[in-house]
Amino acid sequence: MRIMAQLAMVMNLDKCIGCHTCSVTCKQAWTNRAGTEYVWFNNVETRPGLGYPRGYEDQEEWKGGWVRTATGRLKLRAGGRFSKLFSIFSNPKMPSLQDYYEPWTYDYDILLKAPAQKNFPVARPYSIISGKPMNVSWSANWDDDLGGSRTHAVKDPMLKGIEDKVTFEFEKTFMFYLPRICEHCLNPSCAASCPSGAIYKRTEDGIVLVDQDRCRGWRMCISGCPYKKVYFNHKTGKAEKCTFCYPRVEVGLPTVCAETCVGRLRYIGLVFYDADKVLEAASVEKDTDLYAAQRACFLDPDDLEVQQAARDAGIPQEWVRAAERSPVWKLISKYEVALPLHPEYRTMPMVWYIPPLSPVVDVIRDTGHDAEDAGNLFAAIDTLRIPVEYLANLFAAGDTGPVDTSLRRLAAMRSYMRERTIGREPGPAMAEAVGMSEEDLYEMFRLLAIAKYADRYVIPTAHAEQAHALEELATECALDGDGGVGMGGSGPVGEGSGPLTPVAIENLRVLKARAAETSDGELVGGGSKSGRVNLLTWDGKGIPQGMFPTERRDG
Amino acid sequence: MTTFLWVIFPYMCLTTFVVGHYWRYHYDKFGWTTRSSQLYEDRLLRIGSPLFHFGMLGVVGGHLIGLVLPQGWTDAIGLSRHTYHVIALAAGIPAGVAAVVGLLILIYRRRMTGPVFSATTTNDKAMYAVLGAVIILGIWNTVAGSLLQFGGEYNYRDGVSPYFRSIFAFGPKPALMVGAPLGFQLHALLAFLLFAMWPFTRLVHVFSAPVGYLTRPYIVYRSREPRAVRVMGTRAPQRGWERVG
Repeated sequence: MRIMAQLAMVMNLDKCIGCHTCSVTCKQAWTNRAGTEYVWFNNVETRPGLGYPRGYEDQEEWKGGWVRTATGRLKLRAGGRFSKLFSIFSNPKMPSLQDYYEPWTYDYDILLKAPAQKNFPVARPYSIISGKPMNVSWSANWDDDLGGSRTHAVKDPMLKGIEDKVTFEFEKTFMFYLPRICEHCLNPSCAASCPSGAIYKRTEDGIVLVDQDRCRGWRMCISGCPYKKVYFNHKTGKAEKCTFCYPRVEVGLPTVCAETCVGRLRYIGLVFYDADKVLEAASVEKDTDLYAAQRACFLDPDDLEVQQAARDAGIPQEWVRAAERSPVWKLISKYEVALPLHPEYRTMPMVWYIPPLSPVVDVIRDTGHDAEDAGNLFAAIDTLRIPVEYLANLFAAGDTGPVDTSLRRLAAMRSYMRERTIGREPGPAMAEAVGMSEEDLYEMFRLLAIAKYADRYVIPTAHAEQAHALEELATECALDGDGGVGMGGSGPVGEGSGPLTPVAIENLRVLKARAAETSDGELVGGGSKSGRVNLLTWDGKGIPQGMFPTERRDG
Repeated sequence: MTTFLWVIFPYMCLTTFVVGHYWRYHYDKFGWTTRSSQLYEDRLLRIGSPLFHFGMLGVVGGHLIGLVLPQGWTDAIGLSRHTYHVIALAAGIPAGVAAVVGLLILIYRRRMTGPVFSATTTNDKAMYAVLGAVIILGIWNTVAGSLLQFGGEYNYRDGVSPYFRSIFAFGPKPALMVGAPLGFQLHALLAFLLFAMWPFTRLVHVFSAPVGYLTRPYIVYRSREPRAVRVMGTRAPQRGWERVG
C-alpha cells in the first residue's frame, strides 16, 4: 500500500444557478493576461449543451484520455509513445481557436470620442488575435441557458443513444449547469502525454501542475486531456492549466472559484488513496465498473490502520485530522451522493459532482403533484428516463445505478427534512428506504444545506517549517529576483522570456505599474494626473506626496 | 582573410553557440519553447511542418554522414566513391526537397495568416532568412555541383569534410576551404552564422527533442520540497533557510 493524500473538490449541482462568478473571479486571478484571453481554467456549461471547447466530450473525435486494450492494458487513446513523437511536428487532434472561440474586445474609444450626433455611436468588436474587426459567432458559453439549443444542444455528445427521448421543445426542456475545473486526476492523461515530462502530480496534495520551465510547447497535453482543461498560451508558447489555486490552498484558503461561489456549492477536502491500486482500477474491463473501482482506491480516514499508515508515509498529523473531517470523503464514500465526471475516460478524476435533483422535482411540480413527497420523487426517478440516463452518461459511464442511488438519497433527504420542518415525525422508514440512518440523513442535510465555511473547506495548510519551500510564499526578499522588482516586460529573446517571476512579485509589479500609470497622463474629465495618488494602491502608511493639494504660498 | 573566414569566424560562431546555449538555458528556461503557432492555423501547418521537420532530420543526418565519416572508412569497406555518391543523392535529394517545400509552405503560411504573421518577431525573420539561405545554397550545391556538375566535379569529401573535422580536432586547416567552389564556401559561412544565432532564436527547441519520453514512466510525481538535488524551481535554497531534519 502506498498511501497518498489528494486535495479534491465536490460540487453540488442542485445549487448552481449558473451565475459564472467562479469563472469570472478565476479569470481575473489567473488568465487575464496576453496569450490566455480565450482560456477559462473554470467554466460553467449549460447542459444539455456543447460545452467548452465545443463538443469536447466526443472522444471519438478528440481522442483524449485512456482506453483499455484487448490485453487489459491502459493506452493513451491518441496513441502510444512512438506515435506521439511521430506526430510531434503537428498535433493532429489539437483543438483550433475556433473550437474554443476567438477572443475579442470592443473599440470603446469610439464611444468616448464620438461627438454629439443624431445616431448613437456603436463600438465594433475586434479580434484580439488578428486585430481585425470580426463577427462574434461563438464564445465559451454561447449556448448558455439553452440559448440556440435547437442548433447547439442537440449536438451534445452525451445525448448519443437517448436523442429520441429528449424533446427540445422549449417548455419541456430540462437543463442544469455544470461548472468545470481541472480534475486533478489520479491517473492524468495530460501528464502521460507530455513528451517533456513537464506536467507532474505533487506528492503532497495531488495537485497536477505544469512546470513552466520544463514545458517546451509540444501541445500533446492539450489533446491528451479528455476534459480539454490544459490550454496553450499562444504568447509564451507554453501549456497552462488550473492550479487548484495552490498558492491559496498551501496556506489553507479555498480556491478562488470556491471562495467566491455564490451558491456555496463547492466543497474542498482531502481524500486518502492507495496509489498502488490506481492503475489496476483504471484498467478494469467495463466502463461502468470504473466508478466503483475508483472508490475502492480511496482509504477510509477513520480507519486507525489507515491513519497509522498515513503517518508512516510521512503525512503530517494535521493532514490526517483534516482527512477525517473531509467533506469530500463524506459526500463520496459515506453518503455516496457525489459522482465523478466521465469515469469512462479512465483518468480517475478528483472533482466530483452531486447530480441535480431539481430537473426531477420540476417535472413533478409541473404535473401538479407534491414534489416534496418521497414516494412521488422515487417514482419519478424510476420512470423518468430523462434526465436520469443523461446524468448517467455524464457521471457514471451510462450506468443509471449510481445516479439513481444518489438522486434517491437526495430525494429522501428532501422529504425527510420537509416532514421535520413542518413538525411531523418522519420516522426511520424514509432513511432506510435509501439505505441510510436517520442520523446520516440529517448530517448530510447539514453538510449540503447549512455547512459553514470551515465545514465546506477543510484544507490543511502546508507545514510552516516548509514555508520557505512553498512555491508562492514570498518569505524571501522580493528584490532577490534576477534584476530585482523593477524587471519586467519582455526579455531579449522574445516575449515572456527570462526567468519566471513568482506570482507575488508579478502582482506587485502590476500594482506599481497601475500606480505609475495614474501619476501622469490625462484624467478622463480633463486635467493632468500628475501628482495624484491612486487610493486603490495606497498601503495606508504615511501621507504620499500629492494626496492633498499643495498649499499655495502666494495666497 | 583566409584565416579570418575559416578559422576565427568559425570558432567565434561555435563558441557563441556553446556559451549561448549555456547562458540561455540558465537565464531563460521559461522562454525555451517551440513557440508553436498551431493554435492560430492548422491546415497548412499540418502539411508544411512535418514535411519540413522530417526533411530536415534527413538533411542533418546526411550532413553527419558526409562530414563526419572520413572517406577512408567508406573506401575501406569497399564502397566505391560513385556508389556512395549515388546513395547520398538518392537519400539527400528527397529530404532536401521535402525540407524546401515544407519551408515554402511554412513561410507562405507565416506571411499570409494574419495572427501567425503578427506573432512573428524580427528575431524569427532574421533566423528564417539565414536558415532559408543556407538550405537553398545547400540544394544549389547538390544540384549544380554534384548532379549537373557545373564548373567541373568537386568532391566535398576531399575538401569540406576534412576541414570540418579539423575544426573539431582543434587543428583547423583553412587551406582546404580555399579551393572549394563559392557555393560551398557561402553555404559553410552562413551555416556558421546560423550556429551563432541558434541559441538566441526559437531553434533552441531542437535540443529539447523529447527522446526521454520513450523511457520515462507515464505519470511524473514531484514533491513540493526541493530535495538535495534540485528538481524544481530555478532558485537554490537561500541562505538562512537550511532544511531541518
